[in-house]
Amino acid sequence: MKNLKALILILCALFVFSQAQARFETHDFATPKMEEDYNVLVQELRCLVCQNQNLADSNAELAQDMRLLVFKMLNEGKSKDEIVDFMVVRYGDFVMYRPPVKTTTFLLWTGPLLFFVVAALLVFLHLRKQKVEPQVVNEQQQKKAHSLLDD
Amino acid sequence: MARYVVLIGFFIMIGGFAYMLNLTNTGEYNPRDIPTEFIGRTAPPINVPDLYNESDIVKTADMKGKVWLFNVWGTWCPECWREHGYLMKLNRAGIPIVGLNWRDKRSEAKAMVSKMGNPFLKIGYDPDSSVAIEWGVYGAPETFLINAQGMIVEKHAGGVTPAVWEKKFKKHFTQ
Repeated sequence: MKNLKALILILCALFVFSQAQARFETHDFATPKMEEDYNVLVQELRCLVCQNQNLADSNAELAQDMRLLVFKMLNEGKSKDEIVDFMVVRYGDFVMYRPPVKTTTFLLWTGPLLFFVVAALLVFLHLRKQKVEPQVVNEQQQKKAHSLLDD
Repeated sequence: MARYVVLIGFFIMIGGFAYMLNLTNTGEYNPRDIPTEFIGRTAPPINVPDLYNESDIVKTADMKGKVWLFNVWGTWCPECWREHGYLMKLNRAGIPIVGLNWRDKRSEAKAMVSKMGNPFLKIGYDPDSSVAIEWGVYGAPETFLINAQGMIVEKHAGGVTPAVWEKKFKKHFTQ
């Protein structure tokens, strides 16, 4: 029981800690819209140092500077699209955490659906092949079955 | 017959898997080597003060007419220490290199240069990544080759070694 309490306490502490980690620095935004745009952008842009994180999750030095730049650009009145374009010009589509749908990424986006459709088709065909014709039981067989069951 | 088809399909899959596994971390399958957007583009401006002389602004335009290297480094980057000796050698051979000190304290950057030598014509000082982001840099060291027309023709992420020099950079200087 004592152990359980300790465990719960640790878990709570971890949770609080992870919440504290969620944002690394605070900015004073001129408008709520700006803050909203900022939060969307740091979610959508990739940290190029630790590649499986977006800017919001990463505390790599480059990510810190990129976040600051996003903030500065928003303050200069740049739109979300302008900022994403600025980054894409310099770092390519790779900087977008969600890759855009293009001919080169078509398979990436449709692949899972394609797999699902093919799998569903195979299962369907397999099941149809397995379908057994209902057997007609004649009187004699029925009698035999009864005698066996009665025993 | 159907069984053979399945078996052959299975082996093709295993073969494909092994082939791709072998390619991982090399060439275009190296997740660390982000394809650069800059080949064939005009080199962006640098426009930050020199590490030693704050009133001297390091400019891309000053190098016009030359084939030169732009090397991004930091004292916090071990690979930069490793390549430094080779950059010294290139400098002695007359290769013009402009440095960009990235995310360092001035004093620390100067200390490294005075200890290991200065292979650079000038060193831009970029403590807040403004130049690094302008050039699409995501790690150090990174080295760009800019031609006489001011166009980026080559980029290398990682240390410059004799092998990298031979493969990527040398040919542009022998014209």
